[in-house]
Amino acid sequence: MPNKVQQAAANSGTATGPLLSVRDLRTYFRVDGGMAKAVDGVSFDVLPDEVLGIVGESGSGKSVTSLSIMRLIPDPPGRIAGGQLLYRGRDLLKLSYPEMRKVRGAEIAMIFQEPMSALNPVFTVGFQLIETVQTHDKINKRAAFDRAVEMLAQVGISDGAKRMRDYPHQFSGGMRQRVMIAMALSCNPHLLIADEPTTALDVTTQAQILELMLKLKAQRPGAAIILITHDLAVVAETCQRVIVMYGGRVQEQATVRDLFASPRHPYTQGLLKSLPSTQTGHERLHAIPGNVPSIMDMPPACKFCTRCEFVFDRCRVEEPPLHDLGGGHLVRCHLLEGEPGTSAPGGVATVVGAQGTTRGLTPPARPDASRQETTP
Amino acid sequence: MSEPLLDVRNLSIAYPVWGGVLKHKVGEVRAVDNVSFTIGRGETLGLVGESGCGKTTVAKAIIHILVATVPGVRIEGEIVYHGSRGAVNLLSLSRGQMRPLRSEMQMIFQDPFSSLNPRMTVGQIVEAPLRIHSNQTPQERRKRVEWLMTRVGLQPDHAARYPHEFSGGQRQRIGIARALAVNPKLIVADEPVSALDVSVQAQVINLLQDLQAEFGLAYLFVAHDLSVVHHISNRIAVMYLGNLIELGTADQVYLTPAHPYTRALVSAVPRPVPGGGRPDRVRLQGEIPSPLNKPSGCPFHTRCPIAKPDCSQALPPLLAKETGQVAACPYT
Repeated sequence: MPNKVQQAAANSGTATGPLLSVRDLRTYFRVDGGMAKAVDGVSFDVLPDEVLGIVGESGSGKSVTSLSIMRLIPDPPGRIAGGQLLYRGRDLLKLSYPEMRKVRGAEIAMIFQEPMSALNPVFTVGFQLIETVQTHDKINKRAAFDRAVEMLAQVGISDGAKRMRDYPHQFSGGMRQRVMIAMALSCNPHLLIADEPTTALDVTTQAQILELMLKLKAQRPGAAIILITHDLAVVAETCQRVIVMYGGRVQEQATVRDLFASPRHPYTQGLLKSLPSTQTGHERLHAIPGNVPSIMDMPPACKFCTRCEFVFDRCRVEEPPLHDLGGGHLVRCHLLEGEPGTSAPGGVATVVGAQGTTRGLTPPARPDASRQETTP
Repeated sequence: MSEPLLDVRNLSIAYPVWGGVLKHKVGEVRAVDNVSFTIGRGETLGLVGESGCGKTTVAKAIIHILVATVPGVRIEGEIVYHGSRGAVNLLSLSRGQMRPLRSEMQMIFQDPFSSLNPRMTVGQIVEAPLRIHSNQTPQERRKRVEWLMTRVGLQPDHAARYPHEFSGGQRQRIGIARALAVNPKLIVADEPVSALDVSVQAQVINLLQDLQAEFGLAYLFVAHDLSVVHHISNRIAVMYLGNLIELGTADQVYLTPAHPYTRALVSAVPRPVPGGGRPDRVRLQGEIPSPLNKPSGCPFHTRCPIAKPDCSQALPPLLAKETGQVAACPYT
């Protein structure tokens, strides 16, 4: 694939620094009676060679973030209202539609949760694989066929030449996801976005697919994966860094080691404590009270204030900034104000002493503010 | 184990396969093959396995809805229910004879969106089992609905609302209130938390456990998430391609699994520990075969890391293991 080599050479100047830099991304949807801010000011970097996890529940904005990066937001009703998507220094939001088509698949590829609905049921798998390859590389059908068979072999589908003639429904769920991965990687993208790639799969198949994704990434120096999931355990096993989203905002960002050793946002702490596998016996699980508010009823200040056990008055009127705790650990919580290393010092000074001792799953100390019970 | 509430004995279920132009029966799929287990009073039995292993079929057979929904299904064996009217084999009952027993066994479904009638208010949904199974007056029923809704953590004044106005977790609470309405002894819960958000899952699991302690409920908890099943169950049964392959206490099965399939299943569960997977992870090759061409002998031998030549000859019986459970593998 000489074109890839040339491309890599041409891009070598920009190879240092982040592969993708998402800056203040805002994606809004027009709905009855207003604007749903599904993603509201999200910023993060994806570095070469890393697996970045984005964790969140339904409605957190994690999938909309990934679709925005691919510029696949249906417009209308959706609209990318602001921000920058700097892919190797180029702003994807400024690209024309044909230019963006060249980026999709060749530079950034995506795999989805439900492979059956992402594959076209009336065409053979081979047809769809060859189509992908030929869309981006000017090679003849024979070469495209060979590349497709080679890709199927790479994702662990033996007898690829024969299976090329099969339709998607003739594959099992795990095999379909392998086909999706083969298709996504067939043009050697530098960034793979995997949106809940294993949620629909059985647990033994999930382990196979995650292992496969990591193996194929290791064969491609400089390539990165964004893994979007709701499963913190999957993040722990596969990612290097992780972003926790809630209510369309980044709430915490850290290396996986830091996040699991010392989660600082009450939401992250609650999520980790509610996992059955972290409990030793059969005692009650820790549960975060309440439900995820609908996107139209998101509180204006801190998005988590309706469910937070440490909520105080200020949380309801002023959204906390992302405090930088150093080492790439960012947390959006008022409780961390005045921490050593935070970018926004001042305010409640009494927190500092207590905060230094906070480690692990111990809740952060609460400033002496009038506490009000959350309504469940 | 406590006094038995439900005895499943040698249960086999075969689905018909229709083919040809005239859609006549061309074969059968043995979805469940000679499965036996017991659920004690007030006990939670977890039933785990991957998709297609027959766990939902077992649940539906117990609740007696398989015959009504699958024409031509063949069910053999016995499901003996030890209820208030003495022991009775559910499989020998007609639908009419089954009806009074339904107040003693209820079901909670996986999908809280499709299991609630969108045209009924929540109050009507929770009240429906009472209209059928009790002879309470409308006032008494309304009181009971209010009490039930409060008990599962909903506001009683939401009874006039429709299901679409609730979130997934709240809808699952509605389903639980409906199941609870007629004071059942046994609740069959088919993947009750797998459609819920992580932060809401824990709430529903806690609620199920609270209700069990309060009302002495027995659960058949069907799920694929082993960490959840381990947390909530007293005992766990593992199925593979229609066969029961391991049965023991929750800790026996989860911490010291004996069957090679259970070992692979347990070790594939991701753990919230940074730094990669388990070094001892058993990597299964390939995928679960289709039940249409089920392997001979031990159904797992095609993927088993310790398969021996005679594994394809005969199905191994459930053998008692040193760690206390029974498992259908002679080589562990």
